[in-house]
Amino acid sequence: MSRKTLTRRQFVAATAMSSAALISAPYVRGAYAAGKLSIGFWDHWVPGANKASTDLVNEWAAKEKVEVSIDYITSNNKKLELTVAAEAQAKSGHDILQMPTWWPHAYADQLESVTDIMGPIIKQNGEVNGTTKYLGQAGGKWLAVPATVGSQIKGPCSRIDLMKKHAGIDVQEMYPAGSTPKDENWTTDTFLKAAEACNKAGVPFGIGLGETTDSVDTAGAIFQSFGAELVNAKGDITVKTDAVRQALEFYKKLIAVLPADAASWDDASNNKWLISGRGALILNPPSSWAVAKRDAPQVAEQCWTHGMPAGPKGRFAPFLPYFWGVWAFGKNKEAAKSLLTHLSQPSSIEKFVAASGGYDLPAFANMTKLKTWAEEGPPKGTLYSYPDPHGRQTMSIAASPAPPKIAQQIYSQATLTKLALRYARGETMEQALAWAEGECEGFMRS
Amino acid sequence: MADVVVEQARSVRAASSRKRTSLRNVLGRKSTVAFLLTLPLILLIASLVLYPAFYSMHLATLNKSMQKFVGLNNFTFLFKRDTFWMVVRQSCIFAITAVFFKALLGFIVAHFVHNLPAKGQRKWRGMLLVPWVIPPAMSTLAWLWLFDPSYSAFNYTLSFFGIGPIPWLGDTFWARFSVILVNVWYGAPFFMIMYLAALKSVPDQLYEAAAIDGANWWQRIWYVTLPMMRNIIAITTLFSLIVTFANFDIVRILTSGGPLDSTHIFATWAFQVGIQSSDIPLGACVSLFMVPILAVAAIFILRDVSKRGNEA
Repeated sequence: MSRKTLTRRQFVAATAMSSAALISAPYVRGAYAAGKLSIGFWDHWVPGANKASTDLVNEWAAKEKVEVSIDYITSNNKKLELTVAAEAQAKSGHDILQMPTWWPHAYADQLESVTDIMGPIIKQNGEVNGTTKYLGQAGGKWLAVPATVGSQIKGPCSRIDLMKKHAGIDVQEMYPAGSTPKDENWTTDTFLKAAEACNKAGVPFGIGLGETTDSVDTAGAIFQSFGAELVNAKGDITVKTDAVRQALEFYKKLIAVLPADAASWDDASNNKWLISGRGALILNPPSSWAVAKRDAPQVAEQCWTHGMPAGPKGRFAPFLPYFWGVWAFGKNKEAAKSLLTHLSQPSSIEKFVAASGGYDLPAFANMTKLKTWAEEGPPKGTLYSYPDPHGRQTMSIAASPAPPKIAQQIYSQATLTKLALRYARGETMEQALAWAEGECEGFMRS
Repeated sequence: MADVVVEQARSVRAASSRKRTSLRNVLGRKSTVAFLLTLPLILLIASLVLYPAFYSMHLATLNKSMQKFVGLNNFTFLFKRDTFWMVVRQSCIFAITAVFFKALLGFIVAHFVHNLPAKGQRKWRGMLLVPWVIPPAMSTLAWLWLFDPSYSAFNYTLSFFGIGPIPWLGDTFWARFSVILVNVWYGAPFFMIMYLAALKSVPDQLYEAAAIDGANWWQRIWYVTLPMMRNIIAITTLFSLIVTFANFDIVRILTSGGPLDSTHIFATWAFQVGIQSSDIPLGACVSLFMVPILAVAAIFILRDVSKRGNEA
């Protein structure tokens, strides 16, 4: 085997030529000059909705020369929450991680402040609602960016025909597409009467009394419409108040006309209830209507999403936001913030809303009148009132305004629905309240 | 000088040959081979069981935000909570009832199968093992549909007899009944196959002798079968008690602990407290609480088994 040897003279010449070439060549930026970014997004229910996220991320990555990797993590069986907990423990993981409602507060110490990017985003998109501030801020610092993807209101989705026939309520007239609602008479009393009438007619309202979020969110909004708080904003236990008693009396009457098995309902039960045609109203984002559009078009054509009934203390909509958090131990925080700014642009938000068929809901005041909600159907305009375009409701989260770490316990232990169920199932008011008080005392643990 | 070199070379050769022999001896020992063969498993258990176990002990001594050592405060906090004692009670009811019925059904079915002609026995054994072979999460989903509050196949069938509708998962009693039923359905085949193996090992001469002595069916079971199966029954019960006590999937899928926390067991409540409520130290405490209970059960049962082993 012949082997060509390199002489000292040849070596010096080659080195000199290489050096000259390197110095004189123009600066060429590598494909991923700005490093890598790993993202954990929530895996969307709506088929095709993840594509909007992927496209927007890729669009940004190409411009910024960042190598991105996206994991879509399901929230089924709390996989997303488990991922957040595991990454927080390991102090390693995705640079950006989508977090459900309470998790920014739960991991506040390990999240990078995003106050610097939230200022310009709010300036552009309008103020965020109070619930988003309550969940996303701590001590004036933004813990995470409100994510349009996955955020939702669980408002009433009524059957136009059944509500008209059995309760004498024209939901389309009450919440007309394209104009201000005429909802002055849509109160908790009207709601109860309608529930009783529909139950009598064999098409009860489908409201869960279980321990999953749909049941808890509904209870939260109803309690708040009576001004009922188990723990107030200062952290004092306020279970034994007239407002809580009023809310319980209302719930007891409501439970009497709900399906007998509502105590075992999970988040899928009310969807099935509506789609099967057995109920006149559920409280849910438009996902059940979207499924009905595919599986039971005759039901979908009669669905109308609208606002919550008002109680003595106001009209509260169960709002369940998601957030995008940046770990303080992340490796590419600047790129993460740049991407989140991109995902919060009005054009990006519009794409998210369109891709999810109107399911995803931005938290910003200027973003509630997008064309998707006005145009979706059948029937056309069915989603117009979903994002509350006329600001008729206060966005709320169950267990607020208790300090978030206490509220999270009340929420995840479903204390509100359990309390209502205990009273409705025969415990005296004082027994039920004493139980809730004991639970709340336990939640004070720091 | 040459002699010295020769001597040195010989002594080096002898030493290395002694070393080789002793290594061969060590490797030739059964205990060493057994240790080396089990080493991967030991490492696996150490990394996947022991490390998490010690880590959860560490977590259980931290405060809610995991920044401060609080010793046993989490345990003392739990002892003051009514829900915790309810979970303790329910876990015991769930595990003891389910294991009792699994053992009873397994025993009965094992006898039926044992008495079948050898030709058809294999088919029956295969069919009866199906519930145990299907992954529990999958089969529990099928049960969830059967129990579905609104569209239950059970309620539909019962309606033909004028019964129901029964709120299978919405009522405290029925929800407990349902989770135990599914656990029994899933676990009884394991008992059946273990008992069947034990039955096959009982010598026929014992039954013949009992028959000559005029023993009836019940006496044969009580004085021959049961004493011969005692160790298998004890070990199977212990094993099943541990698995049932630590069950998660069935309760999680069917009821998530509801209604009104009436079906929560240790694992599901630990998940709810630790993961859903972001209180990982308290969740670790709840799950660790199973250890002393199961350890006591294991000590009693295994002591009994080894005592009988020594008597034999």
